[in-house]
Amino acid sequence: MAFFEMAKTALRTVLQRPATIRYPAEPAKKTPLTRGHVIIDESRCISCGTCQRKCPSQAILLQKEEKTWQIDRFRCVVCNSCVDTCPVKCLTMDPQYTAPAVSCGVEIVTITYVKPVKTVDIGETPA
Amino acid sequence: MTKQIIIPFGPQHPVLPEPIHLDLVLEDEKVIEAIPSIGYIHRGFEKLVEKREFTEYVYVAERTCGICSFIHGLTYCQGIEEIMKVEVPERALFLRTIWSEYSRLHSHLLWLGCFADSFGFENLFMNAWRIRERILDVMEQTTGGRVIQGSCKIGGVRKDIIGEKLDQMSKDLDSIQQELEELTNVFLRDASIRHRLKNVGVLSRDDAYSCGAVGPTARGSGVSYDMRKTGYAAYGKLNLETVTESDGDCYARCTVRCRELFTSIDLIKQAIRKIPDGPVDVKVTGAPDGEYFARSEQPRGELVHYIKGNGTKFLVRSRIRTPTLTNIPPLVKMLQGCELADVPVIVLSIDPCISCTER
Repeated sequence: MAFFEMAKTALRTVLQRPATIRYPAEPAKKTPLTRGHVIIDESRCISCGTCQRKCPSQAILLQKEEKTWQIDRFRCVVCNSCVDTCPVKCLTMDPQYTAPAVSCGVEIVTITYVKPVKTVDIGETPA
Repeated sequence: MTKQIIIPFGPQHPVLPEPIHLDLVLEDEKVIEAIPSIGYIHRGFEKLVEKREFTEYVYVAERTCGICSFIHGLTYCQGIEEIMKVEVPERALFLRTIWSEYSRLHSHLLWLGCFADSFGFENLFMNAWRIRERILDVMEQTTGGRVIQGSCKIGGVRKDIIGEKLDQMSKDLDSIQQELEELTNVFLRDASIRHRLKNVGVLSRDDAYSCGAVGPTARGSGVSYDMRKTGYAAYGKLNLETVTESDGDCYARCTVRCRELFTSIDLIKQAIRKIPDGPVDVKVTGAPDGEYFARSEQPRGELVHYIKGNGTKFLVRSRIRTPTLTNIPPLVKMLQGCELADVPVIVLSIDPCISCTER
């Protein structure tokens, strides 16, 4: 049985700097691995649709005819599944979280990738 | 005879982080009976298994709980791996163990904080969560997620931790251990806390056993029952001592969790020392055909994932039995005969995780 067990800790914390960050003024902590949001390099996407199939929350929709790739940021659970499975690595994970939004909606990106014309050389594959 | 009255406790109550409803039948200030009811946050995870491919269901399984998410993913993966007879590389097993123990540290610290809050010790609550933040930082640095790690996959793990980072983690744990000693000292020795927790919500060993208590609730009543002893992941290769207390009151359950913090630190250090080099995942082809009961030890107790597949990409059935569900009958037992003012402390002492329970 003891009294004033907390005194030492309490005194030290009074003298220490705050353990919290003054968030909007100071940026939030993030690491290189932090999963913030998915970004697409529309010039490299080959419209294979793997990301759409592998998305556990069905946030991604790829329309081959219209050449658009769209993501619903409110459905996306930022699991990194699409980034891991993308065969051409055109999807990357940005460590920055998305800003708060005031309305629902999807983000539509037009795919600008053009399949290179095959040359005579064998083994030429689009990058 | 005294008149009986019924007081509703929850689903919204200051001490409850998640909604559970208890009807307390009172005689004066004494609780005669507690009638629990759940079902406020059911999300239908077990049905969702039919709509998602088994490889993607890992992400869903992880989101069953917001605190012990890694262990949910791990247990699901173990189940699938057993059905498909996948040999997981040694290094992946050790990494899974390390992350599991970090989850346990973070969950127990979260609970200690909430518990301190339930008996009105705000300062202690914030101190516990400050240490928890350091654990979460390591989680984020190694997996990319603070709470939902998403680093477990069928056939291994997604991310490797490099050797230097492991050494740094081991060093960090030394200073965390010092801070924890100071923190648990307050929980275990402070006069007012002891006064508040001793002989409150006593659960005898027999009751704990017959009501099916698991995890720290059972171990606080002297039932030495820890799924880690079965040696899943890399636990078989580590030295693990089961923590038990015999009193069965809130103080004993608090002591078990405080002592488990140190066993977790010890386990992580052992795992870091013994981790072998090698690949962290194997390629998995095909689909699961068969059924399996995967069991593991969550911070709250034994977790069971029942998985049944029929050889297609979609599983037929998944059943998740979480520790809080089995800890509700012991809770009802504890509440019988206690004072109304003690109810919040007793309810929190089983570490209720309701979103787990309702899936």
